[in-house]
Amino acid sequence: MIDILVSGLLLSGTYALVAMGLNLQYGVARIMNLANGEILVLGALAAFWLYTTSQISPLLTVILVIPVSFLGNWLIYRFLLTPLVRRSKSQGALEVESILATFGMTFILIGIMVSIEGGFFAYKYLSEPITILGSTTSLNRLVAFLIACLIGLVTYLWLNHTRPGVAVRAVAVSTEASGLVGINVYRMSAIAFALGGAIAAVGGVLISTFITLDASIGVVFTMKALIIVIMGGVGDIRGSIVAAAILGIVETGVATLIDPGLTLASAYFIFVLILLFRPRGIFGRRSA
Amino acid sequence: MIHRVMLALAAVSALVFGVVAGGSALAQDVIKIGAIAPKTGPLAGGATVTQWPNVELWVSQINARGGLNVGGTQMTIELVEYDDKTNPGEHIKLAQRLAEQDKVDFVVAPYGTGFNIAAAPIYGRYGYPMIAVSAITDKMDELTARYPNLFFTLGTTTAFIEGVTEILVEQREAGNIGNRVAMVNVADAFGIELAEIARERLPAAGFEIVYDKSYPLGTPDLSPVMKGAKETGADSFIAWSYPPDSFALAEQAIIEDLDVSVYYSAVATSFPAFGNAYGNRINNVLGAGGTNVDDPKIAEYRNAHLEITGKVADYWASANTYAALQILEQAIEGADSLDREVVTQYVKDNSFDTVMGTLTFENNVSHTYWSVGQWQDGVFRGVKGVGVEGAVPVRVKDGWAE
Repeated sequence: MIDILVSGLLLSGTYALVAMGLNLQYGVARIMNLANGEILVLGALAAFWLYTTSQISPLLTVILVIPVSFLGNWLIYRFLLTPLVRRSKSQGALEVESILATFGMTFILIGIMVSIEGGFFAYKYLSEPITILGSTTSLNRLVAFLIACLIGLVTYLWLNHTRPGVAVRAVAVSTEASGLVGINVYRMSAIAFALGGAIAAVGGVLISTFITLDASIGVVFTMKALIIVIMGGVGDIRGSIVAAAILGIVETGVATLIDPGLTLASAYFIFVLILLFRPRGIFGRRSA
Repeated sequence: MIHRVMLALAAVSALVFGVVAGGSALAQDVIKIGAIAPKTGPLAGGATVTQWPNVELWVSQINARGGLNVGGTQMTIELVEYDDKTNPGEHIKLAQRLAEQDKVDFVVAPYGTGFNIAAAPIYGRYGYPMIAVSAITDKMDELTARYPNLFFTLGTTTAFIEGVTEILVEQREAGNIGNRVAMVNVADAFGIELAEIARERLPAAGFEIVYDKSYPLGTPDLSPVMKGAKETGADSFIAWSYPPDSFALAEQAIIEDLDVSVYYSAVATSFPAFGNAYGNRINNVLGAGGTNVDDPKIAEYRNAHLEITGKVADYWASANTYAALQILEQAIEGADSLDREVVTQYVKDNSFDTVMGTLTFENNVSHTYWSVGQWQDGVFRGVKGVGVEGAVPVRVKDGWAE
């Protein structure tokens, strides 16, 4: 039982890392970013590459990746996505166009990554056993979990207790109204998008310490992120964390008590169940 | 809108296909070889290790020595390569393109069992000899009867399980293990087929499978699986696994300090990346494949592989992949012809001197391959094989310390 709770919570940390970035990008900037998983894998590639070529610790890479990914994603938003945002007449149109644009982006990103490293990003970092409440787990998962908690907490505090954070939340609620009260909607969206990208890349760095990734695996993470974001409620960071926790514990519980073969099925079952009773997700708001 | 989307898609596909066209040599002095395999998608990681570097190595070596001698003419190779994105439908479309548009003379067989079987009809229709490597199945006789151009070189599913069973029996006789085996498999065609056969073979050899679970491909956390296997106290652990999970299982075994004397994981255990990632901890881990690095031919091949592609060759199908290309090369030169039918017949009738030794085909199947290897002090050596020499004795796994 303790095993399930510990492993499950640690897995939730991984899932939260995967989903928080997309939540900001989709919830605030209204960009359904299908390349979110590729940004995550790009972070993993950076960690692998720096570790294997110059023995740079992935934890240092995390610090390195934050500004680089923030800037990179800001540029993507500024030059690739802003034209779409400006010309879309409605929310729906923007979603469709951003799906197409970011889908195209996935190919470019995969191409770049394959040209750098086409094989597996296999390396070992902090894979030391550690015992928590009598349950054995690995240090790298624990580190990823703690950093996920930290990111979740900081993002939550920033969104709720700072001026720009409140502005970002206002944009998430209504782009028109927040524009009317003097919020620079484009700037806030760009910041949210860039921040989302930075979180995804950090997630990639941390996940790569315990999961062996390759250049093409991004879509797996995009899908997982999408499920968690929709389950938790679009645009609410708390929702993503709660949904990640539910998914992590349920998957581990099913794998331990019933059969590891049913983890995917159980995840989708929970997904359907939640959407059945709360169609807008756990923390979802009713739209105006 | 639709028009624009189509244009964008066309641009993207042009980028992705990335046709590699050769120089402007005269048509008759060039042999066009087509190669389609994943560069992206789930199988790309494996193909980048095993398939693509060998194609690169082979083409560059042949062109460096002035090309193939066909009927007194030196012909250099022009390679046309496409990414099938790990999508069989895409592969078949591209195969048609190779034959109809690029008009390639010969092809490199696809990567992956499913792809070789799925593409056999289309390559067969155009008469290309198809010397499959990374294709393991028990249905070889049925397939080669239906597609006479199709050749197999890496062994059958049953042979792989027999290799593992033999090791278990030997270790039991030596008193190193008991009868209890923990077995897991990836819930994918490959893992399911191997597990099903193992469920018959292992009990027939007197073993009791005390833990038998499958997990979906790409499971992010295999710790419940490893904890479950550990709890049974089995002293042998067998995983019919695929690349990402072979790594993840080893990682979990280290974390849980899985106390077994025999540890086996299937595909990717033979990859140099596996050894690089886990170093001495995975010493004495068994896996699918193996090679004899002490064989001078293999040693020479591995050096050339590293020198030309910049990558260490994997310790299993790399050598077989290169050998299959050598067969094609020797068949074209031996038959003195670019006629596919003549070359196919030549492959059937002759023996070939390759890095894997002398290879011959019996009903289109070559019975020279490694089935089980073991990491021994930084090198993955063959311990069980069919028709190969240089197998080393199996060692007992003793902990996961650095």
